[in-house]
Parts: sequence; C-alpha cells; structure tokens
Amino acid sequence: MTAATLAGFIGSALVGLGLYGLITDPQPIRKILGFNLIGSGVFLLFGIVARKGAAAGFAADPVPQAMVITGIVVAFSASALAIALVLRLYEVAGPVSLRSEHTSNKAEK
Amino acid sequence: MNAAPIASASTAGGSLLWLAIILPVVGILASLLSGGRHAERIALLLMPTGFGIAIAIAIFLWRSGQPLVYVIGGFNPPLGIALRADGFSAVMLVTTALIVAAAGFYARAIFATPPGITEARAPLTFWILLQAIWASLNLVFLGGDLFNLYVAIELLTFAAVPLVCLDSRAETISAALRYLLFALCGSVFYLLGVALLYGAYGTLDIVLLSDRVSSEPVVWVAAGLMTAGLLAKTALFPLHLWLPPAHANAPAACSAVLSALVVKGSFFLIVRLWFGVLPNVPHEAVSFILAALGSAAILFGSVLALQQERLKLLIAYSTVAQIGYLFLMFPLVQGPNLWVAEAWSGGIMQTLSHAFAKAAMFLAAGLIAESLGHDRIRDLRGIGAVMPMTLFAFGLGGLSLMGLPPSGGFLAKWLLLKASIEAGRPIWGAVMLSGGLLAAGYLYRVLAPALSSDILHLKAPPRRSREAVALALALTAIALGFAPKAFFDFLQIGRVAVAGGSS
Amino acid sequence: MSILQILDIGLAGLVLAVAAWTVFARDAFAAVVGFVAYGLLLSLVWVRLFAVDVALTEAAIGSGVTGVLLIGAAGRLRKLEASGGDDELPGASLRLFAAALCIFVTLVLAGVVLSLPDPGPTLAPEAARHLAETGLGNPITAVLLSYRSFDTMLEKVVLVLAVVGVWSLAADQYWGGAAGNPRGAEPDGTRALLAQVLPPLGILIGIHMVWVGADEPGGAFQGGAILAAMWMITMMAGLTEMPSIRSRLLRLVLVAGPAVFVAVGVAGVAFASGVFAYPTGFAKPLILFIEAFMTLSIAVTLPVLVAGPPKRLRQQ
Repeated sequence: MTAATLAGFIGSALVGLGLYGLITDPQPIRKILGFNLIGSGVFLLFGIVARKGAAAGFAADPVPQAMVITGIVVAFSASALAIALVLRLYEVAGPVSLRSEHTSNKAEK
Repeated sequence: MNAAPIASASTAGGSLLWLAIILPVVGILASLLSGGRHAERIALLLMPTGFGIAIAIAIFLWRSGQPLVYVIGGFNPPLGIALRADGFSAVMLVTTALIVAAAGFYARAIFATPPGITEARAPLTFWILLQAIWASLNLVFLGGDLFNLYVAIELLTFAAVPLVCLDSRAETISAALRYLLFALCGSVFYLLGVALLYGAYGTLDIVLLSDRVSSEPVVWVAAGLMTAGLLAKTALFPLHLWLPPAHANAPAACSAVLSALVVKGSFFLIVRLWFGVLPNVPHEAVSFILAALGSAAILFGSVLALQQERLKLLIAYSTVAQIGYLFLMFPLVQGPNLWVAEAWSGGIMQTLSHAFAKAAMFLAAGLIAESLGHDRIRDLRGIGAVMPMTLFAFGLGGLSLMGLPPSGGFLAKWLLLKASIEAGRPIWGAVMLSGGLLAAGYLYRVLAPALSSDILHLKAPPRRSREAVALALALTAIALGFAPKAFFDFLQIGRVAVAGGSS
Repeated sequence: MSILQILDIGLAGLVLAVAAWTVFARDAFAAVVGFVAYGLLLSLVWVRLFAVDVALTEAAIGSGVTGVLLIGAAGRLRKLEASGGDDELPGASLRLFAAALCIFVTLVLAGVVLSLPDPGPTLAPEAARHLAETGLGNPITAVLLSYRSFDTMLEKVVLVLAVVGVWSLAADQYWGGAAGNPRGAEPDGTRALLAQVLPPLGILIGIHMVWVGADEPGGAFQGGAILAAMWMITMMAGLTEMPSIRSRLLRLVLVAGPAVFVAVGVAGVAFASGVFAYPTGFAKPLILFIEAFMTLSIAVTLPVLVAGPPKRLRQQ
C-alpha cells in the first residue's frame, strides 16, 4: 500500500468523522471542529490527486497543492468568523446551542 | 452552439469581464482603507459604473451572438483561468447591478453614518459587504473554472453572513451562525467534488471538462457532492431550515439582496454544473429528483408561508417556495427537444422576475415595519390607506409571484407550463398551478386586512424616495412580462445542448 | 513490508484516532486540544505525500494559528458556561442515522478515490513548461502567483472580508477601540523572556521563508504565518498591543497585500499581455514585490482575526 492510497483512506474517513460531528454535536464550537475535519479530509484528497499527478520531475502536481494552500487559508478565515459569532452569541444570549432556538416565528415586540 | 472552439482565446469585449469583478473589489479595499462616510460614497459612486459595464457586456454579447471570453494572465486553461459570459450570465450581471444599486439607494436612510461620528459599525460593514456581494456574484456569473468558482462562493458567504446580524440581537446572531455553518458545509462538499473531478480529468475548466467527462462513478459522486453542497446554499427543501430566520430578521435592504440575489448565486452554479460541465452526460434521473425536491419546496414553503404571523417571515417562506420553481426547468431542458429553449427561458425568467419581485416586497415590508414599529400581519389593517405606494409595490411583486399576467412571473410560469405539456409531463405544470393558488392565498392574507377601511396611525411616514425604489423594482418585475422575442433569443446565447433521449 | 510502510500505517492510525477524539471527547476544551495535535500529525502526512509547502501551511495555519483561535475560544466558553450539562446529544436514532450516513459517505469516497487513475492526469508538465517565464524555481509559488494568481488575489479579499465580518460583531460602543490581546493577559517571566528572544529569530525565519519560497518550499503564506505567530507571542506576553481598529496604519497594512496585487495585475493591461500577466523578464521581481506586501498583510490579518472584535476603548 502506497502512502497515497493510505492517505486516500484517511481523507475519506476524516470527511465521514467530521460530518458525524457536524450533524450530531449541538455545541457550535464542536460543529466548527467537525467542519475543519471535513476540510482537512478534502485537502488530503487534493493531496492524493497531486501525488498521483507526479510528473515532469515534480514529486507531485503543483496545481492541486496550490489549491490546498488557498483552501487552508479560507478555512481558517471561516473558523475565525464562526468563532466570533459563537462568542458574540454567548455574550448576548448566554449559553445557547443551535438546537434550542426556535424562537424566530414569534412576532416582533 | 458548441462552445469548444472558443474555449481558450479572449474575445472582443472580454476585458469587460475582469473589469466587472475588479471594480467592486477595488471598492471594497478603498472603502475599508478610507472608512466612515467614504465607504457609502465609494459604493454609490461605483454602482452606476458597474451597471454600465454589465450593459456593455450584454451589448457585446448581443452583437457577437457568441459567449465572451477573457483568459486571465495570458495562461490558457487548463493551466490558467478563463472568464466567460453567456446570455444567462449577462442578464444576471445586469439584474445584480440594478438590485444592489436599489438596495444601496434604499439603505442610505438606515445606514448613513450619524452626524458627529467619523465612523460607525453597521454602516461601514453594510457598505463594504454590499460591494462584496456584488463582486462575488459577478465572479459566480463569469467564472469559467470550478476552483475559481469555489473562491467565489466562499467570498459570497463571507459577504452575506454578517449582514444578517447587523443589529446584534441574539436571534439574528444565532440565525447568522446557522447560515454560516450551512454555507460552509455546502462549500466544503462542493470542493470535495472539485477534487474528484481534477483527479479524474486533470482540469477544472468548465468547457474543457465538458469535453472530457463521461458517465462513470467518479463523475456521479463528484456531481452529487457538488450539487448537495450547492443545494444547501440555495436552501432547496429539505435544506431550507436556515433561510427563513436569516432572511426574515436581517435589515430589509439586506433581506432583499439575500433573497433576491445571493441564493441565486449557488443556483446559477447548479445550472452551470449540469448544463455547462455535464451536458454530454445524460442526467434525466437527477433532473427528476431536483424537480421533485423543487415541487416539495413549492408546496411546503407556500403552506408554511400561509401560517406565518409576521410579514417578513411570510416573504422569507415564499422565497423557499419560489426557489422550488427554479428546479422545474431541469427535467424539461433535456435532449434535443423543441421545448428545451422554452423551458430554459422559463427557468431564467423565473430567476429574474423573482429577484425583482422579492427585492421589491422585502423593501416594502421594511418600510411597513419601520413606519409601524412591527410587522405583525394581523395588525396591518388599513395600511393601504396610509402607505398606498408601498402597498402597491408589495402587491405588484405579489402579482408576479402568483404568476398572474402581465408580469415576468406569469411569463416564466407560462413558458415552463407550456414546455411541461409539450414534453408530456403535465405533472410539473400541475405543481406550478397549485403553487400559484397557494401564493394567492398567502398574499390575500396580507392584502385583505391591508386594504380594509380601518384607520391606522403611523409612527413615522416613509420617505417618498424609498417607496419609489420598491415600486421601481416591482414595476421591473411586471415589465419583464412584456419581454420581446429578441430577449429570449439573447438568453439562448451560449446554451449547450444536453445529451439524452428525445422522449 | 518496509519500515516506512509500517510507520505510514502507524501515522494513519494515529491521525484517525486523534480525529475521532476531537469528535467524541466529552469536553469541548479537550477536543480542541486534540485538534491542534491532529493538525501537527496531519502535516507529517503531507510530508509523506511529498507536499512540503502544504505541510508548512498546515502546520503554521491549519494547526498553529487555528489552534490559538480555537483554544482561546474554548477557554472563554468554558468560563462563560455555568454548567456544561445543557447541551445534550441528540437522540439515539438520529445518531444512528448520522453514523450510517457518514460511513456510507466514507465508503463511497474511498471507493472512488482508489479508482482514480494512477498515474493520474496532471498539469505538472504544463506548469514546468511555463516555469522559465516566471523566473521561479518553486512551481507551487508559480501557480499561486502567476498561473492562477487571480484565485490568490481573491483569497486575500476573503481575508479582508473575514476581518470586516469579525469586526462587525463588536458592540457599538467599542467601535474604534481595540481587541483584547490573544489569551494570556498577565505576562509572566518565562513567557516575557520567550517573547523577547523568539521574535527576532522568528522574523528572520519568516522573511527567509518568503525569500526562498520563490525557488524552494515556503512562500508568503507560510512566512506570513510565522511573522503572525511572532506578533501573537509578543502580545500574549503583554509586550505589544492590538492597535485600534480605526488605526490608519492597521487598515493600510490589512489592504496592502490585495491592493498591491490588484494594482500590479491591472498594470499588466498596459505593460504586459493582459490583466494579471507580467511583462517579460520582470515576472520574478514583480512576484517578490507582491509577496512582500502579501506577507505583511497575512502577518497582521491572522492575529487580527484571532483577536476578534474590538472589546475596549484604547484611550481609557
């Protein structure tokens, strides 16, 4: 088994694990962790694609690698915005999980 | 109609494509740098210019009859990135420029920096992010590379989410957080599909891919993941849960842009995926599923809209329903059939007329909420007498949603209905008609008390100019109903025929 | 089976175990700590895929800066939460359904990934063919700053929007104020010493990384992240402070990267073959010029995002 094949399994499993966390965990910060796990699994799949594209003297195709670098920065920005929202929500409303707010259908005061 | 030969050479007018994206990007950077009132001035200054660029793109496209192309950096795809504009792109660019400008003009009253203060939080955020929505939508409509489009939908998410909670209430922050999680999840699954397509074909350029893809498992998995991700962002039933709280609780100018335009961005990419990347892969089964979900959205969204107590929530649930109509075009745009062009025009017409009608209705609802201090539907009795222009704008928008003539909504539904009967699939037509009846029901719930003769006192009358903005948008939705045949020919520019049986 | 393969399998198991920990750990704080360790392990996987540039980015941003962000947040949430017991897991049937769905997704993905052609289609020869035009030796830097520079410029705009979004969550009265320093307000001896010794060294490494990134692994992202870490360390030790969000200098630095990128890109219309094209022979100096400003912007943007919205007025 090559490192690329193995990484393929890890990447797929990470997507599954992250998705499970995202669906089942009510705490927003855990959902953010789940999103990051899925993200890193997706990036790994880009890595395998890159490795399988080794050619022209390069150990891996540079194009998907560059996309991963872009993706990691975007994922960080997303986490930062999500965390800022979570912290602001706690400041304004106290501890809330995402499931416990079906208040939006009430008429405005 | 085959787009392959012009895949990789810039065409006349191609420079307008990058200009349409870079202009608002420069606006974003300049607005943050100079801050305060300058952000508003920069945004309002750029809007007419951007509208001019969108019109110029449409004119070039009309003259050449072929998609416009611009190759960025001189590196042809697959190594480099190309921008392309077809008929659908061009009308979306113009629509976006108009609605963003209308929302901006309307919002000047709310998001002006207060006198005596050099800079305030909500105004600066609003003016920067409004330009950001505009920039990222233009990129969505013009991007020719699937990874570049990933960056576009992420930009769109970052621009849209903070607009939901500008008022800092717990309710809106929680709606924004939920919206962000749905959107991020959607883009990560889109990206997963992109990785698989690159791994299988070594390019992400839409035109190059369309020549290389064949019906094999990796394509189906990739397309399934990308579609699922984009559906979450488009809020198609059953992935619509995030939309009503986010769209209903945002400031009205933001709701208008979110409901009219932002959800159309990811819808546009679903169309790009199935009709741009995968036209050579027959996909009637997928189209059936999408249309079935669309039908469920129409019925479910409309029934929920009937039960809402607040006007803005009613409008938000109506968006859930109207998004459903967009997906009815999928099973009808299949194979080399005669009705394909009609269905395609109908789908695009629905996208445009809903955009104008919904923007008008949210802006009108915003004026009502501001003037009354609430938007409870049962306490709107008599609003028609004190705010006739606003209610007229709301009603005209509603006319288009119901699909009554003369309106863009009527024309859209008429075309789709005709295509569904010609295709021998009257079931989609039946869904459309019942959706129209339900829309009439939920609009009656607003209009009947509003037009009653009760006497209502306003806290503050609305500004005439802001009512005029809502009315202008509603009139545009009506005017689309008079679109000449040339307009529908224009929509066909660059459409690629979808492979498949001519059932 | 070679030793390397055994190590690979061991690493794979470890990565998955730590990932599972971050999902299943009872305590959110413990899960976050697990996530940081996970990021570091993941960068080893990237090294094994011969993707050193990505490994550096993953270690610096994916694990490092994201780690500081998440740990800070988890710490604050733990302080704010009266009792941890109100967040109950959903019912068993939903969890079972979710588990089945996730296993299905994993299996389908694994099947598809293994079926991808090997050797697969690649743009490596194309990238190599045009490398001379850019004057660079590192093909990844060439992709990021030349072939697909449009993506990279737009991603810098994503960072700017993220800053606007995070700031927009401030309370109105603090607009124009500054964010608190990243975790660790009271400076203690060792940390202060560390904060004085590390940064000069880190700044050198960061700048070196950008410079060699033209030809070897490294570049603006990785170098910028290291500079960002150095600034965060000095802030944690209380030696420097977050500037006011209205500081003209701060805003100038935040937009400098994308602004210079756009300016050079648009200048390509007049001086080269089109927008985002470089004039022949000037590609490398222009790329380094853009990278210098991008590095500066990244070095400041990352800590600003970690610090969050403004929380105090600096004048007080």
